[in-house]
Order: sequence, then structure tokens, then C-alpha cells
Amino acid sequence: MTTPATELNSIIGSELDSDADQFLTFVLGEEEYGVDILRVQEIKGWDSVTPIPNTPEYIKGVINLRGTIVPIVDLRQRFNMPEVEYGPITVVIVLKIECEDRDRIMGIVVDGVSDVYDVPPEEMKDAPDFGSVVDTEFVRGLATVDEKMIIILDIDHLLSGSELQAADSISG
Amino acid sequence: MAQFHQTFFEESFEGLDIMENELLNLDVGNADNESINTIFRSAHSIKGGSGTFGFTAIAEFTHVAETLLDEMRDGVRQVDQVSVDLLLKSVDVMRDMLTVYKDGGDMDADNIAAVQTELENLLGAGGSSTSADDSGSTTENTASAGWIISFKPHVEMLRTGNDPIRMLHALSELGEIEVVADISELPTFADFNPEDSFISWEITLTGDIKKEDVTEVFDWVEDECDLDIKPIASESESPAFESSETTPADVEASSTKQPAAKQAAAKKGGGESASIRVGIDKVDEIINLVGELVITQSMLGQIGGEIGSDADHNSNRMEKLLEGLAQLERNTREIQESVMRIRMLPISFVFSRVPRLVHDLSGKLNKKVELVTLGESTELDKTVMEKIGDPMVHLVRNALDHGIETPEQRLEAGKPETGTLTLNAYHKGGSIVIEITDDGAGVNKERVLNKARANGLVGENEVLSDDAINDLIFNPGLSTAETLSDVSGRGVGMDVVRKNIKSLGGSVRVDSVEGKGSVFTIQLPLTLAILDGQLVKVAEETFVVPLVSIIESIQVKAENLNGIAGKADLYKLRDEYIPVIRADHVFGMSNSQASLNDRLMVVVEGDGKKAGIIVDDLLAQQQVVIKSLETNYQRVDGLSGATILGDGTVALILDIAGIIDMFKEKSAPVPPAPKGNGTDSDIADEAA
Amino acid sequence: MASILAVDDSASMRQMVTFTLKGAGYDVTEAKDGMEALQIAKSNSYNLVITDINMPNMDGITLTKELRSLPTYKFTPILTLTTESSADKKMAGKQAGATGWIVKPFNPDQLLATVKKVLG
Repeated sequence: MTTPATELNSIIGSELDSDADQFLTFVLGEEEYGVDILRVQEIKGWDSVTPIPNTPEYIKGVINLRGTIVPIVDLRQRFNMPEVEYGPITVVIVLKIECEDRDRIMGIVVDGVSDVYDVPPEEMKDAPDFGSVVDTEFVRGLATVDEKMIIILDIDHLLSGSELQAADSISG
Repeated sequence: MAQFHQTFFEESFEGLDIMENELLNLDVGNADNESINTIFRSAHSIKGGSGTFGFTAIAEFTHVAETLLDEMRDGVRQVDQVSVDLLLKSVDVMRDMLTVYKDGGDMDADNIAAVQTELENLLGAGGSSTSADDSGSTTENTASAGWIISFKPHVEMLRTGNDPIRMLHALSELGEIEVVADISELPTFADFNPEDSFISWEITLTGDIKKEDVTEVFDWVEDECDLDIKPIASESESPAFESSETTPADVEASSTKQPAAKQAAAKKGGGESASIRVGIDKVDEIINLVGELVITQSMLGQIGGEIGSDADHNSNRMEKLLEGLAQLERNTREIQESVMRIRMLPISFVFSRVPRLVHDLSGKLNKKVELVTLGESTELDKTVMEKIGDPMVHLVRNALDHGIETPEQRLEAGKPETGTLTLNAYHKGGSIVIEITDDGAGVNKERVLNKARANGLVGENEVLSDDAINDLIFNPGLSTAETLSDVSGRGVGMDVVRKNIKSLGGSVRVDSVEGKGSVFTIQLPLTLAILDGQLVKVAEETFVVPLVSIIESIQVKAENLNGIAGKADLYKLRDEYIPVIRADHVFGMSNSQASLNDRLMVVVEGDGKKAGIIVDDLLAQQQVVIKSLETNYQRVDGLSGATILGDGTVALILDIAGIIDMFKEKSAPVPPAPKGNGTDSDIADEAA
Repeated sequence: MASILAVDDSASMRQMVTFTLKGAGYDVTEAKDGMEALQIAKSNSYNLVITDINMPNMDGITLTKELRSLPTYKFTPILTLTTESSADKKMAGKQAGATGWIVKPFNPDQLLATVKKVLG
């Protein structure tokens, strides 16, 4: 006999596995990527940005997020993918990055947001160096959900700690 | 207990500063007793506190110093330079010890022991006991089956707030007691004064009780009663006890030795002002919130302005709304100014480090220096103040080390033996200016220039203005043998001083005349949080130019433009040439070589250097709240931060000195030169 | 609820004393020197006064004498905080009319024990 709970479960189709990490997935070009949901602060639509001079191409500029200056990174450009025009479904995911010295907030521009998935630790596989678009330095692992492969990103490395460090040391 | 440590550290460091200050200002031959008392009390407090909170090492060390001070205030010991210097050394030791307790690390045990020994030696002859003398009673640990206690309070015992009943209670807690009261001395009712004590008691206390526990009960009233304690059922000699009728009235001439403690005169250093300690995070929060308020108000103002221009001006409501907004702006501005002032403190906090430094250094260098400080009450932001201390100290060291000459040299040069070092602070526009002036030898231009040439910083045949030569001392590539002297310290050069001051959004320059002296001028923003700015448009973007950096804004006239080998444009502004900076190029926004003629140029100054920045439009002037780029991103050359405009968008704030540097890197150094040939730039006119 | 006036020019000492005594249920008022203490004492009433000796503006000995000259404080227990256990310092307090003394450094328990002893 099925109880209402188990019925509900089968409808939702998810397993409430408390050990699983949850990831927000998004699309860039052909591939699907995921970031730890706990790091996602918010998701906004694309709006204009103030460019900052003499910064790498993939740093689009900064925005005002309720009084704080937040840098915006174009992930396509970061991964050396071809650029696209930003459209109505272009989205900025605002993330909390943990750096050595402190936490920072940054936004990444992506083509669109997909879904949230649970990935139990045992399902996370190491990324082989198969020459994918993304430098494996940024990849935390690979997961398969619904027959799709999701590239789980290590966002702390993504937004290049080393660059930030170098700059910080100048400002002392 | 640890919760009180913070306060203890704060007040102890303050106490040490007070001690140091008073010691430095002591007129050795004619020491002011009030001062000595102040110094004593500070040491005394630190000793007491450190003992209470378990910092025994400090307590022990301080005790010795305190003993020395006690002798001085009692008049038993002369106040001489030797003791003063030794006490100053002790202050340093105590400071170090406190710092170790507070921040961790190791104590310099050798140094501590050495100074302590010096103190003890000085105390030597006097041999004042540092001991904890026990009060008279001998302690016989004999426990017996009990004690028979005769207790007769003196008539006035009640007047010290002691209550015999309490003592009886205390005794009852030690064992079984039987009390017999003797009221034979009670006067008649009519003559009875309830404030006097006429009753005595005989108490039998049984139990295995130590005598010292019994005497302890009467500890406080030893001199105010007749006390006799005999063990039960034994003939043992009665132990010594205090039964003197003679009150120690005269014994204590020493109690009157606290005369100076009886102030009268206001405490040196100003009266007690009503103040409270507030955690700085609370203040920062208020400042942030006020910053947000300013932005919001600015947004409303903007919207109001837009609606206002469309609406019917005769509409009453609109008038009222606009009035309300104007009032809001005034209120907001006032709150902001008020809040900014909370974090402002007088610069005397920084200046106060200098007398000690001058005292020690001039001693070490065998130079005679008089220190003059002006404008000590000039206020600046606490954070800025904390960071300006080290650079200032370095400049003072430099003035003493390289600036002021030895007495012999000075006499030879026809100067008075004693050199003068002047510190002056004042407000100018939106900044605070700190001048460090010495009447010493000035910058040796020839030596500097030679060194610079030797290091390749300056071309062999390059001609530099005096100012430019003097400015070279801030160049990292320059370190004359002099700057490696022990006093100035290796590796902490003038370049670091400038870098640190820059990071505060300030600048430092030097004016010097050889043989006469030098003036180092530090300019700092009054606050790190807000800025008066001129909004400008460059290409499509809005930037903010700090108003303090702007000299003037003009329209470019082609005939004043000059090109140098196609690399740089110079503009003739009255009688000087300034480099022309195309903002759009510097910021990589465009490479356009469009004509500069009739364009808008903002003439700015940073770090003593002037330049003209080409912009596309001049917008409003407004006060902006500085937001950090570094919080979430990183420092960017040429920018000192960002701000949020009334419409919610981000505008970048220019760092003028930084931009001028960036520009120089992109082009060759620009000396004042005769007009050259225009090349690929489209300068309309080439002057011959 | 017995009320206590604690006088000491050291903020950390005051904090410690207040914290300890309040924790035991006493009402505690602080003063940072003798002058302030005297003023406060005049406009309120306390069951016990604990005072440091070395303070600016009015030291503990003078404070004690002043308090004793006030009718309401003739018999109020007054304890001096002394860092030395030498006889003459203790006696100076007694001379001025103090009930007794507490020797610094003391720990909270010693303080409480002494206060209890005096207030019953």
C-alpha cells in the first residue's frame, strides 16, 4: 500500500538524500555546469554594468548590488568560448567566493539557469583531462544526472585567487 | 575574567602613555608633585590590575618601578635624570610585556630582568621593603580543643562600621560557641549613646580550630578592641595580641603623605570629559547606513528634479514636494557630517608619539633638537590617523637623522646649536595637511642627482627642476649611503612612506633649500568615506574626479598644444607646460586620435604633479560616498574606488596621482621642453 | 537586595567587581574617583562602600573620612582596596574610619566572601 508520502515521492522523483550536495546548474553553449547551491546568493537578470579599465576581457565590469560594488565575470569569455549577445534570458548568478583572506561576492554571466540537483558524494566523479573547454583547475568533478553530464565547478578557483592576490599585495 | 582583559589592556596602555608623557615633561630639578603622583597612580593601577587578572610578570616588574615612584612622591628620593630615564625604559618594558599578554608572543626575559635589576640597584640603598609585611600578629598554628576569647570593643569601634554581632556570627561558623556578655559598663539610659560600644563578651569556642582562623575574624578591628585569645584547658603562653589603647594615631604620619593626591588642581592633560567607549564596529555601521541614506536621498532628489521639470510649477503639491526634498538633503548632509565627526579624533594622538622619539633620538645622535607642535587639535578620521603614525614617525626620524645637523655643524653654519623640528597640522579644503619642518641641512641635491644618475633613474644630460630633484628622494631606486643608517632603518625607505600615504588617498611632497631646511607636506583626505567630486563623462561612461585635485577646467585651444615626438601632447597653461592625458586612451576605452581642439580639459594636480585630462563633458558636482572596489574585486590602478550615483549605476572615482603615473608609463618622461614638431597628431598649428 | 558602591579609577577593576557582585545578587553602582563617589553617596544610600585608595580627584582615604562625616554613612561598612598588606597602608584606612580592607590582587571568590562577611 502506498502512503501519501511515498506517492508524493514518486511524483517528485527526487530522493531526499541528506548527504547529497545541491547544485544549481546552468547552461553555457552546449554544456551544462553546476555550482554549489550554498554559494549562490541570488540570481538576477542581466543589467548594465560599469566597465573597469585595464582589466581582462572576461571581467565585464562592476554593478551596484544594494550598495556593494560587485564585479561581473563573463564565464564564456573566461573559458575562451565564443561570445554571444546578451538576451532576455541572460542571467547573472551572484556567488559567494571564499578566498584565502576573506569572502567576496562576484557575479557570473551565463546563458541561462537550468535546475537544482542533488548529487550525493559518491556520484561525483573526478574529471579526466580530456581537453574539455574548461581548464580542469576549475572543475571540482563530474556528475551525471538524468543522463546528462554536469561539470561541477570549483568557483573559488574560478575567479582566480592568484590574480586577486597579486593585486592585493600591491595595495598592501 | 577574560572579559575584563580588553578594558584592562586599553586602560593600561593609556596609563603607560600618561606615564611617558608626564615623565618627558618633568622638570627634573623642580619636579611637580602632582605629576609624580599621576605617574605613581598609573603604575599602581597597572600593578593592581595585572595582579588581579593574573598577569603576574607585569605585576612583579611594575611593583619595583612603583616602589621607586613611591619614594619620589614621598620625598624620600630625589627626582633626577637617571631615574627618569630608567623609568622611561621601564615604561617601554611594561608596554612590551602588555603587548605580549595581549597579542601573544614571547617576552624578552633578558631585557626585563636587566631593567628590573637596574631599578633594584637604584633602589638599593633605600632598601625599601618590597615585602608584604604581615601585620603584627604572630601566627601560632596551635589548634587546640578550642579557645576562650575575651573581646572588648573600644568605645568607638562601631564608628568604623564594624558590628560585634557579625564577629560573633563569624565565630559561630567556626565551631560551637557559648557567649557571655558583660554589660557592666553600660551607662544609664539617659546617658546612653547608641553610637558607642560598652559591651564586652567572653566567648568559649570549642572545636578543632586553628588560632589564625580566630584572629582572622578580628583582623579588621585589632586596634579597636581589647582581644585576648587563650586556648582552652592549657596554660600556654598567651600569644601576642594587640591590645594597645594607643590608637595608631601618630604612627601614621604616613597617612598624611597623600597630600598631592588631594588634587585641587585639575589633572594635567585636561579635565574629565563626559565620554563613553564605543566599539568601532558600531560606529562603522552607522557610517555605512548614513552612506546608504545619502545615496537614497540623492536618488529621490534626482527623481524629484526630473518630475519637477515636467510638472506644473504652480502646483502647490509639487512645490511642497521639492521643498521637502531640499530639506531632506539638508538633514541628510547634517547627519552625515555629524556622523563623520564621531570618528574624528585630534591629531594630538599621533603627535604624542613624537616627543619621546625626539628625546631618544636626539640623545642617540648627540643632536640638540627642540620640538614645536602646532595644530594638535586638528581632527582627522581615526582610521586615517592609525595609519599615518608610522609614516610620520619615519619622516621625523629622517629629519633628525639627515636633516638637523650636529651642534658643531650648526654653529659652523651660523645657526643656533639647537635645531628646531616643527609639526603643524591644519585643514585645507577637504583635506588635512601635516607639515614636518626642520631647519637643518636640507636635501643635498647634488648627491641625490648623482645617485639617481648612477642608478639610471635620470638620464646623464637630463635637466631636472629643483622640485623634481627633491622629489627623487621618494623614489625606490634611490638609497644613498645615508639612508642606510641604523636610525632610519634599512628597508623602510621614503618610497614606502609615500606608498603608505598614497594608499590612504593622500600625498606627500618635499620642499627644501640646502643649508636652510626642509618641509615635508603630507596631504590626506579628511575621511575615507566621502568625497566631493566633479562628475565627468568620458566616452559613454561617467567618472568622478575628486574636487580637491581639480585646479580648473578649460577648453583646449589648439595653439597651446604641442606634441613631443608623436608620443605625448603638452599644453601650455599660462607659463608652464602640462601633459595632456586622453582619459579614453588611458582607460582603454578608445584609441581615437580625434582632434583635441575645443575639447574640455580638466586641469588636475596629484602628488605635486600637474596634468590636463581630456573629458567629453562636465556634469554635476556632488558629494559621493566612496565604495570600495577591493572588497569584492581588487585595487585597480588609476582608480581610488567607486560610487553609486543617484540613478543606481556605478561610477568610478579617479585616482589623479595614479592616472598621472599610469600615463607616464605609457609615454616617455615629459620634461618642460620647447615646442617640438607635430607629427601624426593632428595639431592644427605648429609654432616655430 | 543590598546595594554596594564600588569606587576605583581602573575601569577593568570596576567591571570585575561589579560583575562579581551583581552575579551574587547585589545592586552595584560604580564611581571612578572619590569625588564622584561622594556625590553619588550623598544622593543615594548604600549598604556597603568598597573603595580603592589611589585615585585622582579624591583618594580613598579622604573619601572614607568624608563619608564618615555624613550622618547616613556613620556606620556603613567601608572597605578599602589595598595592594599592599603592609600594616601602615591598612591602618591608614582604618584611621580614616574604614571598617576593614581587601588586599589586591583578590579573586572574585575572596571578594564575595568578604562582602558576605560584612553584609551578613
